[in-house]
Amino acid sequence: MLSAAFYQTAPVIALCASLGAVPLIALSRRHPNLREFWTFAAAALKFSMVLLLAGKVLAGDVVEVTLIQVLPELAIRLRVDAFGIIFALVSSFLWIVAAAYTIGYMRGLSEHAQTRFFTCFALSLCAAIGVAFSGNLLTLYLFYEMLSLSTYPLVAHHQDKEGRGGARKYLTFLLGGSVGLVLPAMIIVFTLGGNLTFADNIHHGIIPPGTGDTLVTCLFFAFLFGFAKNGVMPMHAWLPGAMVAPTPVSALLHAVAVVKVGVFCTTRVMLYVFGIDLMDALNLGIVTAYIVSFTIVTASIIAMTRDNLKSRLAYSTISQLSYIILGVALLTPAAVQGGIIHIANHAFAKITLFFCAGAVYVATRKKNISEMGGLGRVMPFTFGAFALASLSMIGAPPVGGFITKWYLLTGALEAGQMAIILVLLASTMLNIVYFAPVTFQAFFGRSQDEAPGNTGIREAPLLMVVPIVAAALLSLLVGIFPHVMMQFVRMVIS
Amino acid sequence: MMDQAPAFMLVVPVFASLVLTLIGPLGHRAAYGLLIIAIAVSLAAALATLVQVVQAGQAVHYRMGDWMPPMGIELVIDHLSAGVLVLISACALLTAIYSMHTARQDNPDRLNHYYALFALLVAGLLGMTATGDVFNLYVLLEISALSSYGLLARGKGKAYYATFRYLVMGTIGASFYLLGVGYIYIMTGSLNMADLAEILSRPELKESVNVRIGFTLIILGVWIKMALFPLHAWLPNAYSRAGTTTACLIAPLMTKVSVYVMLRIMFTVFSADYIFQQIAWSRLVIYLASTAAVLGMITALAQRDLRKMLAYIIVAEIGYLTGGAWLANTAGYTGAVYHILADGLMTLCLFMAVGAIIYRTGESTASAMQGIFQRMPVTAGVFLVAAASVVGIPPTCGFFSKWYLLQGAVQAGAWVFIAALLIAGLVAAVLFFKLLERAFFGRLDDAVTEQGSGKPHAAALKIRMQEAPLTMLLPLVFTGAALFGLGIYTNEVVQYLIRWSVPAGI
Repeated sequence: MLSAAFYQTAPVIALCASLGAVPLIALSRRHPNLREFWTFAAAALKFSMVLLLAGKVLAGDVVEVTLIQVLPELAIRLRVDAFGIIFALVSSFLWIVAAAYTIGYMRGLSEHAQTRFFTCFALSLCAAIGVAFSGNLLTLYLFYEMLSLSTYPLVAHHQDKEGRGGARKYLTFLLGGSVGLVLPAMIIVFTLGGNLTFADNIHHGIIPPGTGDTLVTCLFFAFLFGFAKNGVMPMHAWLPGAMVAPTPVSALLHAVAVVKVGVFCTTRVMLYVFGIDLMDALNLGIVTAYIVSFTIVTASIIAMTRDNLKSRLAYSTISQLSYIILGVALLTPAAVQGGIIHIANHAFAKITLFFCAGAVYVATRKKNISEMGGLGRVMPFTFGAFALASLSMIGAPPVGGFITKWYLLTGALEAGQMAIILVLLASTMLNIVYFAPVTFQAFFGRSQDEAPGNTGIREAPLLMVVPIVAAALLSLLVGIFPHVMMQFVRMVIS
Repeated sequence: MMDQAPAFMLVVPVFASLVLTLIGPLGHRAAYGLLIIAIAVSLAAALATLVQVVQAGQAVHYRMGDWMPPMGIELVIDHLSAGVLVLISACALLTAIYSMHTARQDNPDRLNHYYALFALLVAGLLGMTATGDVFNLYVLLEISALSSYGLLARGKGKAYYATFRYLVMGTIGASFYLLGVGYIYIMTGSLNMADLAEILSRPELKESVNVRIGFTLIILGVWIKMALFPLHAWLPNAYSRAGTTTACLIAPLMTKVSVYVMLRIMFTVFSADYIFQQIAWSRLVIYLASTAAVLGMITALAQRDLRKMLAYIIVAEIGYLTGGAWLANTAGYTGAVYHILADGLMTLCLFMAVGAIIYRTGESTASAMQGIFQRMPVTAGVFLVAAASVVGIPPTCGFFSKWYLLQGAVQAGAWVFIAALLIAGLVAAVLFFKLLERAFFGRLDDAVTEQGSGKPHAAALKIRMQEAPLTMLLPLVFTGAALFGLGIYTNEVVQYLIRWSVPAGI
C-alpha cells in the first residue's frame, strides 16, 4: 500500500524521531508541558514507524538502508528483519508508557535538571532503536557505545556521592567491555572475512570456514563478556550499582533498553555472526549454557538476600537476562524461540515491577521490602500489578513468562540437557521464594505505622498508576495471545 | 592563478610576517586582521592545490623561479602532502581566530611581533610539507623550529627554561638530520627527493653502509623532533608552559608535520622495500611505539596540570602514528596517515577547549574542570567530543584511525601493538572520565544534598553560566564538528587521498 521508497526511509525516521526531539526538548526547557509534548510526539512517531515496518516484515520482506559509506569496505547500514523488529516493537512501545510514568514521577518528586533528563532519555531511545535495526557489526557497536554514553547522565542524575559511585562503575564495566573486548574482536572478525554484515539466516555465520578453533572460541567469549550490558557474571556488577538512578531510568533503561540491548547484541552476534552450525560444531553453545546457568542461579540467590526492592529487582534482572542467552545457547529450535520471546515477555513484566517500586517510593518514600507491610491495602492497583508481574517472572500461566518457560523447557528436553532442566526448575523455585513474600507482605503483612488509614498514604499520581496497570495488562496479554509476538520469532528461526 | 597556488600558500604568510613586524603602531586589531587574512589566503591556496591534485590524480610540481630540478628547488604536492597542507593551514586559521583574547592576554606589549612569529611558523610548517628537496626541508625545519622557540619562550613561569631545553634537543635533532642528509649527498650527489629515490634504488647503494648511516641519522633526528619515546622528554614541559595561543598552534602541528617528514623520508626518499627489507627495524620500532602509547597515556593519567596531561597524550599519539607507519602494510599506513589528520584536529580541539576553560577559570589544574558542564556547557560538550575521539568512540574520527591501525596490527601479527592500542585507549577513557566526572558533578563536598530527595543540587545552583567569548567558541565548535565530519567522510579521505599515496611494495 505504501511505496517502496517510504519503507526505505521509515527506519531512518524511526531512528531520528527521538534524535530530532533532542533540540526541541532542550529549547522548550522553560515550558514543561511543551517539552513533554515533544517526548510524546517523538515516541508516537517512532512507534508508528516501527509498527508499519513490522507489517512489512510480516509480509516476509527485509528492509535494508545504507546510511553512510564510512569506509571503502564498510557502511553504517540499517536492516529491519524479524529479529530486530521484536526488540524495536518492545522498546518503542514501552517508551510511550514510560514517558507518561516518567513525567508523573519526576513532577511528583520535583526533581532537578528535568530537561537534561528528558534529552538523554530521548537520545538513549534513539540508540536502542539503532541497535535493533543495525545491519552490521560496526553499526551495532556505534549505537551500543552511544547508549552507554547517553545513559551516563541518567544514572548519575542525583549528582551525589552514591550517584557518582554507581555511575563510575556503570561506565567502567560498559566501556571496558566494549573497548577492551568487543572492538578488537570485531576487527579480528573483519580481518578474517573482510565482512561485518550479519548473515541472512541463523545457521551460517560470517566467520569464514577454516578459521582456527581456538581463535573462534576466543572471539566468541570476547563478545559474550564484552557486551557487558547483558549482565552475565562476572560482568554484572554495574547493574545493581546503576540502580541509584531515578526509578523511571531503572525501569525503562535498566530493565528494558540497556540490558536488552546487551542480550540483543549478544544473541545477534551468536546467531548471525557465528551461526548455530559453527557454535554446535565447537560445542560453544553448551559451554555458554552452563556459564549463564551459573548466573541464573547465583543471581537468584543473591536477590533473596536483598531487602531494598530495587536491588532485589536488579538481581532478578541479571538472572532473567541469562534466560534469553540460555535459550539461544541451547541451539534447538524451541529453546531459541523461548530465548527470543523472553526479550518481550521479560520487558513487559520487569518494567511493571520497577514502575511499582517507583510508585511506592513516590507515595511513601519507602525503599525496603521490610517496610512495605500492609501497603497493598492502600495501594491496591500498584501491588495488584506487582503480583501479576511477579507471576510472569516466576513463569506461571497465564502471564507471559509462562510461554518462555514452556519453550525453554521443551528446548532443553530436545537438547537432552537434564542439568539445564534442573537449573530452570530451581530458578523457578527461587523466583517464588523472593517474589511471593513481597506481595504477601503488602497485602497481608502488619503495617509498621499504627493505623494505615491515618498516615495519609494514597496511591501514586494517576500519571503513574495508569502506565503501571497498562504494563501489567500487557504482560498478561502476551501470555494469553502469545502468537502476536511468536509469529516474528518463528520467522527468525525458519 | 591556480598554477601559482603553491607559491602563494608559502609566500603570503612569509610576507605577512615581514609586514607584521612593522605595523606595531597600528594597534592590535590591524595585526589580528592581517594575520587572519594571510592565513586564510594560505588555506584557500592549499584547498585549491588539493582540488588540483585530486582532479588530476597526480602530484603538482611547482618549480620556484622556474629552475629545473635537481638543481632548482621544487615544491611537490601529492595526495599525501595536499591533505597535510590543508590540515596545517586550517588549524592555523582556527587558532588565529581563537587568539583574539588569549594572545593579547599573553602578549600585552608586542602583539605584532608575536603574530609575526606565528605567521613565520605557519610558513615554515607549510614549506616542510610542500618541499621536494631534503636540504630545503632542513632550512624550513629550522625556520619553523626557531619561530617556535620564540613563541614558546613567551609563555609563563619557567617557560624560558623549558624552551631552552627544547632548543637544545631541537638543535641536536636538526643537526642529526643535516648530518644524515650530508651522508646521503656524498653518496648520491643529489638533494632532490625524486632524484634521490631513483639513485638510492640502485642495487649497489642498497648494501652501502654510508647510506645506512645516513638513513639512521636522519630518522633519529626526525624522531627527536617528533618526540618519539624515549626522546620525548622535552615536549611536555615546553608545551604545558606555553601561552594558550602558542600551545594551540604548536601542539597539534609541530609533531604531526615531523611524522609527515618521517613518512616522506621512509617512503619517498627511501623505499618501502629498503626500509622493511634492508633496514628491518620494524619489530624494534613497534616496541618503541607501543611503549610510547602505553607509557604516554599512563603518565598523562598521573598529571594534575591539564595541559601537561594533553602534552603526554601527544606523546602517546605519536606512538600510534609511528607504529602504524612501521607495520609495513596498507592498513597500517592508511591508519598512520589518517591519524595525522585526525590527531591534528583532536589535539587542536582539546587544547582550545582547555585554553577556554583556563581563560575563564584562571586555573590550569584538573580542579578547573569542576562544574564546567553548568558553567560552560558548549565548551564542555566539545571537550566531550574530543575525549570520545581520543578514546576511539564512533562516529568520531579517532575511532576510524584506531580501526585502521588495529586492522594493520592484526594483519602484521603485531600483538604487542594491538595490546598497546587497547590499553592506551582504556587508560585514555579513565583519564577523560575522571575529568568529565568532575565537570559533571561539580564540587561534591560543599554540596548539601538531601539523601534521595530530588532537591536541586546546591553547588549546581551556585555556578553561573559563563561561556567563553565568541571568538574562542566559534573555532572550538567548528573543530568539534570537524571531528565528526572527518569521521563520517573517512571513506572519501581514504579513497581520494590516502589510497593514492600508499607507497609501492607494502
